[in-house]
Amino acid sequence: MKRKILDWVEERTGIETIVKNFLYEEIPASAGWHQVLGSVALFCFMVQAFTGALLAFNYAPTPGEAYHSVKYIMSELTGGSLIRGMHHWGASMMIVIVVLHMTQVFLWGAYKRPREATWMVGCVLLLVTLAFGLTGYLLPWDNRAYWGTVVTTQISGLAPVAGPYVVRLMGADGGVGVVTFARFYAAHTLLFPLAIVALIGVHVYLVRKHGVAPAAGDDLPKKKFYPEQVFKDTVAAFIAFAILFTMAVVLKAPLDRLADPTDTTYTPRPDWYFLFLFQTLKFFEGKMEVVGAVVLPNLAIVGLFLVPFLDRTKIAKVTQRKWAMAVAAIAFIGWSGLTAAAIATTPSAPEVAEGEAAEWAQLTPVELAGLGYYRKENCSACHTLGEQGKKPGPDLTGSSIHRDAAWMIAHFKNPQQMVPGSTMPATNLPDVQLNALAAFLIKLNASNAKDLRDAPMAAAEGAMVYHQNRCAACHQLNGSGVKLGPALNGLAKRRDRTWVEGHFAEPQKFSPGSTMPPYRLAPKDLERLTSYLMMY
Amino acid sequence: MTQGQEQRDVSRRRFHLGVIYTLMGTIGTAMGIPAVIYLLFPPKSRKAEEWVEVTDLNSLPLGAAEEVVFRKTRVDGWKVSSEKTSAWVVKKSASEVIAFSPQCTHLGCAFRYEEQKKTFLCPCHTSNFDLDGNVIDGPAPRALDRYLIKLEGQKLLLGPVQKSPEA
Repeated sequence: MKRKILDWVEERTGIETIVKNFLYEEIPASAGWHQVLGSVALFCFMVQAFTGALLAFNYAPTPGEAYHSVKYIMSELTGGSLIRGMHHWGASMMIVIVVLHMTQVFLWGAYKRPREATWMVGCVLLLVTLAFGLTGYLLPWDNRAYWGTVVTTQISGLAPVAGPYVVRLMGADGGVGVVTFARFYAAHTLLFPLAIVALIGVHVYLVRKHGVAPAAGDDLPKKKFYPEQVFKDTVAAFIAFAILFTMAVVLKAPLDRLADPTDTTYTPRPDWYFLFLFQTLKFFEGKMEVVGAVVLPNLAIVGLFLVPFLDRTKIAKVTQRKWAMAVAAIAFIGWSGLTAAAIATTPSAPEVAEGEAAEWAQLTPVELAGLGYYRKENCSACHTLGEQGKKPGPDLTGSSIHRDAAWMIAHFKNPQQMVPGSTMPATNLPDVQLNALAAFLIKLNASNAKDLRDAPMAAAEGAMVYHQNRCAACHQLNGSGVKLGPALNGLAKRRDRTWVEGHFAEPQKFSPGSTMPPYRLAPKDLERLTSYLMMY
Repeated sequence: MTQGQEQRDVSRRRFHLGVIYTLMGTIGTAMGIPAVIYLLFPPKSRKAEEWVEVTDLNSLPLGAAEEVVFRKTRVDGWKVSSEKTSAWVVKKSASEVIAFSPQCTHLGCAFRYEEQKKTFLCPCHTSNFDLDGNVIDGPAPRALDRYLIKLEGQKLLLGPVQKSPEA
């Protein structure tokens, strides 16, 4: 029955013959483990294509929403963190494998006549792989992505003559922005995938046309590709996959804070495989910068392309290719030295750059309490915080209300006096609370509004308790408050919930010698305050 | 080739094939299962149920339906937005209130209130519902869906919509 179906399909499509021709291709007797890397590179690409498509199913490719959708994938979709982890680390792995594959071909001298074209197409494939990494880096639209790309585009701008055009092509004329984003996305998901599939096709065709390169002096009878070599390729691909899967499970793919063009504290860094270029730049200053940024990298690329023509030596065993080993070793030492230097000279990030923390979680307790009062006073009955929809009062992300705190507080108390004709009712909160409300509104802007709106009620309520009990008189949280007692950031890592809850009522019992006065909080307040503090 | 060598070749081949299929199967499973979960599992919800105060009981007429419009937070993927929603509220007695989701249970059209007949009429396929939401006639398969309700004094708070059971 199975035979019958296969015969039917074979007669109409010839697919069985194609598969058989592919699998039973003859390869040299010397082929073996050292030649698995090409297949592993192809496998890596397949993993990237698959995980990339899955990510695209839940990704909003606009700067306004990209970050939020990535965050959604990471934190709300089951398996989302794993899929993005595989895509993120898979990019690095693919580059490693492609470079190892090239190194193997280089060491063995497999690029020699008639395989020069195969080598050169391979060089283009390396460049496309790097271009994938470069464009994909921007897509999460976090600080890391934004600032990394700012540096990339600036470097491209250094190129003589072509510089401005390259920058324009990247849509970064007026700085990195929406156009840059659209172009990087289009290149990453439309142009490069098509290009790489076509190039892989040509590359594999050329490998098949010339056959797998035999070792020097291999004149034993040929063997078949399937199943022995396929077995080796599969084992190698599986090892790569197991490493990648483990990395994706253990190491969460980084997601920094939302891209902030005004953030002056951020230290931009390219991804690790570009660090050596980044470091090279530092050796050239002023007018010479163009040498490090453009001339050397391009010379290196041209040199790589011309390897088959530069190496005129006779075909020899790998063990006799001493100079090739020397070149590879120098290249590796140079690369790792530059990379290590780049890592060593990276200034340590300032303390606040903890990454990942949502905007609301970065508010000081006073500001967050202000958000709590905003909700409690039901300000949203008349005002919007950047969301769609028409309400009687103005949207509060607008800059017109962002005056100084004193003006705002006067306005809360007597709106008509500050804005004649205003229909806003006066607010009857004590001054301390109005202060907090003003602090929150000053912090509010169009780019953080959405995140602040989403701040969990538990946090805002806890911050109100924190504020009303004047915890800031002795403790620091998010850099605000007095450092008399221990800082509260990182509390959740140091203590558990029961400890924190019990500690309020009897501080000395839980930490002997503490000067903290006991706080008898209402059960609800105790719960809220603890929940809030356990978020840090 | 001796017979022993041939046999060794056969078992070698069988070993290779076994490993190839096992490893490829493992990779396929390790990629496929997370992919299916990722695409089909509902997102972890970010918010507890939200209760919105919509109206005051005193402002509702007794024994008739009244449409109330209110704003509700809508969580749509990575977007959280505030949107206008409405409910048909029927005050049965001073302390008993029902709030219906404004969509017909047939195909989701917005229905309207027929004041004289005290019924809800869906203009799409003329499903008729009484003030308890039960189907009087028409193609609607089940009674109108109701909002969960909370009363705080005279304040009416609406929670999520609960699907009515199939008739």
